[in-house]
Amino acid sequence: MLTDALLLNLGYNATLVTLGAAALGLAAGATGTFLFLRKRALVSDAISHATLPGLVLAFILMVSLGGDGRALAGLMLGAAASALVGLLAVSWLTRATRLAEDAAIGAVLSVFFGLGIVLLTVVQTMSAGRQAGLESFLLGSTAGMLFADAMLITLGGVAVLACALALRRPMLMVAFDPGYAETQGIAVARIDLAIMALVMAITVVGLKIVGLILIVALLIIPAVTARFWTDKADRVVLLAGAFGGLSGYVGAAVSATAPNLPTGPIVVLVSFALFALSLFCAPGRGVLASGLRHLALQRRVHLRQGLLSMAMGQPVYERLTCQMLRRRGWMRADGVATEAGRAEAAATLRDEARWQALRASTELSDLAVRDDGLTAVAEVLTADQIAQLDARLRGPREVGA
Amino acid sequence: MHGTLELATQDGRTARDGAEASPLALRGMTVSYGDQPVVFSVDMTVQEGAMTAIIGPNGAGKSTLLKAALGIVTPLAGRATVYGQPLAQARDRIAYVPQRASVDWDFPTEVLDVVMMGLYRELGLLRRVRPRHVARAMECLARVGMQDFADRQIGQLSGGQQQRVFLARALAQGADLYLLDEPFAGVDAATEKAIIDVLKDLKSEGKTVVAVHHDLSTVQAYFDRVFLINRRRMGEGTVAQAFTAAALQATYGGRLAEGQIAQLALDA
Repeated sequence: MLTDALLLNLGYNATLVTLGAAALGLAAGATGTFLFLRKRALVSDAISHATLPGLVLAFILMVSLGGDGRALAGLMLGAAASALVGLLAVSWLTRATRLAEDAAIGAVLSVFFGLGIVLLTVVQTMSAGRQAGLESFLLGSTAGMLFADAMLITLGGVAVLACALALRRPMLMVAFDPGYAETQGIAVARIDLAIMALVMAITVVGLKIVGLILIVALLIIPAVTARFWTDKADRVVLLAGAFGGLSGYVGAAVSATAPNLPTGPIVVLVSFALFALSLFCAPGRGVLASGLRHLALQRRVHLRQGLLSMAMGQPVYERLTCQMLRRRGWMRADGVATEAGRAEAAATLRDEARWQALRASTELSDLAVRDDGLTAVAEVLTADQIAQLDARLRGPREVGA
Repeated sequence: MHGTLELATQDGRTARDGAEASPLALRGMTVSYGDQPVVFSVDMTVQEGAMTAIIGPNGAGKSTLLKAALGIVTPLAGRATVYGQPLAQARDRIAYVPQRASVDWDFPTEVLDVVMMGLYRELGLLRRVRPRHVARAMECLARVGMQDFADRQIGQLSGGQQQRVFLARALAQGADLYLLDEPFAGVDAATEKAIIDVLKDLKSEGKTVVAVHHDLSTVQAYFDRVFLINRRRMGEGTVAQAFTAAALQATYGGRLAEGQIAQLALDA
């Protein structure tokens, strides 16, 4: 069943939904990255919750005008309008008062969502409201999605993605260094607005599939996931798009395998699985990799300190150090240094002496910053430069003799 | 608008003279954060081809003055002209090196990408990055001695290296006027020397350099001119004219001990 879903073999409607969700995830992941890098991820939460009153009002308006209350385009328009009001409220509150942005977001989010729920209750009492199924916009639902709806979602997602990619340079510059961006003639306030507008568009486009409560996950989780894998902003955007698209595709396919499985939560769970995988397994920033690096560093430090102690004729007691020295055959079981151990210890001591000579030398002292206690002089200097240092080390003694 | 601004200037006569040709001329610049002006009615005329230090105590509005000149903060009153033109028309001639601490160095970007930002005005939204653009960015990195670090993540750099990358980004713009905000703050000796060498090269190419500077002991060695500020303009001129014990005492008030001034061995 699941393989059928993933291979788009579950029929026309499921295929439509799955492809739409993939397009939405791709656009949301890439667009959300800019918001994440601008460190304003929470704003998307305010925007998405602020869509609800507009969504319900649009339904009421369309019904009272004698139309079909469930027309997706009309609902999207209403959602966008009230999201815009919410967005303006957040930015006005932050600018005009000394309220921090997170407080403003909290206030706007809850008030708009509360208002939306009240309006939703009102709709339930209307005769047309009973079959409206507006609650499905909270968590997303793909049951009974029309071809036109799927096209609207896909095209909307692609359009937002195109805008985001076109504006990627100024958006990344503003995210990294807004002051400098301004001096390059980039209107920072307008670029910020553009980021918000794109996020708003994604939210509105994603209402049907993922729902307004969870769309924030599709905007932010892929970006956070992608950040584990790369240190280049361009690649974070691309990877986040890929992770988002994958989450949308797999999530929608899974939710199509059984009736009444909500799409939004499953899409979010899939994207969380990708996040968890990255958190632990990514090279570089992943938890496992950095833990292993820390252990390796610890062992190198212990070994170096042990060798230096040996060179100075001091006994080594520390358990890990002894263990490592013994394993390399540099120390006997009774704690006495072996032949090889003494040679290695002498080499380490010579390296320390070279670093000291380097610090004292006029031409090479700039390189002293490379001395972290572990780096060998040979990794920093050429053979000629080392010979020069050694001459300096021997120098005074010869004069003395 | 024009009239009120002229009124706001402190010495309108000298201010208007020479503003036409000056790389950067500020008139009646007033900036406030909240309800209190941090820079009040400041006039400044930067001399072309010179290296000018902006000095003053902490919180005197040095960085703010620079940001107002660049349009990063909107002044309450006053105006800035760059080579006699409004800022918006002279963006290509002006390069900015912000304070190192002003950005998040964990941002996912590599050294070369940061320098490439200096080419934004050439590349715009969509123009393709060509080998000659990369070559120019690499050249600028080489000028600050950072060519071997091009593909490093910026978070892995030392403070001095980060500062040099910011300078390289400004160099990539190929501007005529360079505004630097505390370029020597918290950098190692090697970086300080690398930066001052680049700035002196710029000067010898006829470019103009203005730097917010906090280390009074190096003013005479590094700069030709000083601009003293403590919320208001406290003095301006060549180092010999304006960097005097009396002017420093007036600018820093009690905060600068007499002993410190004596240490600078000023011929006042």
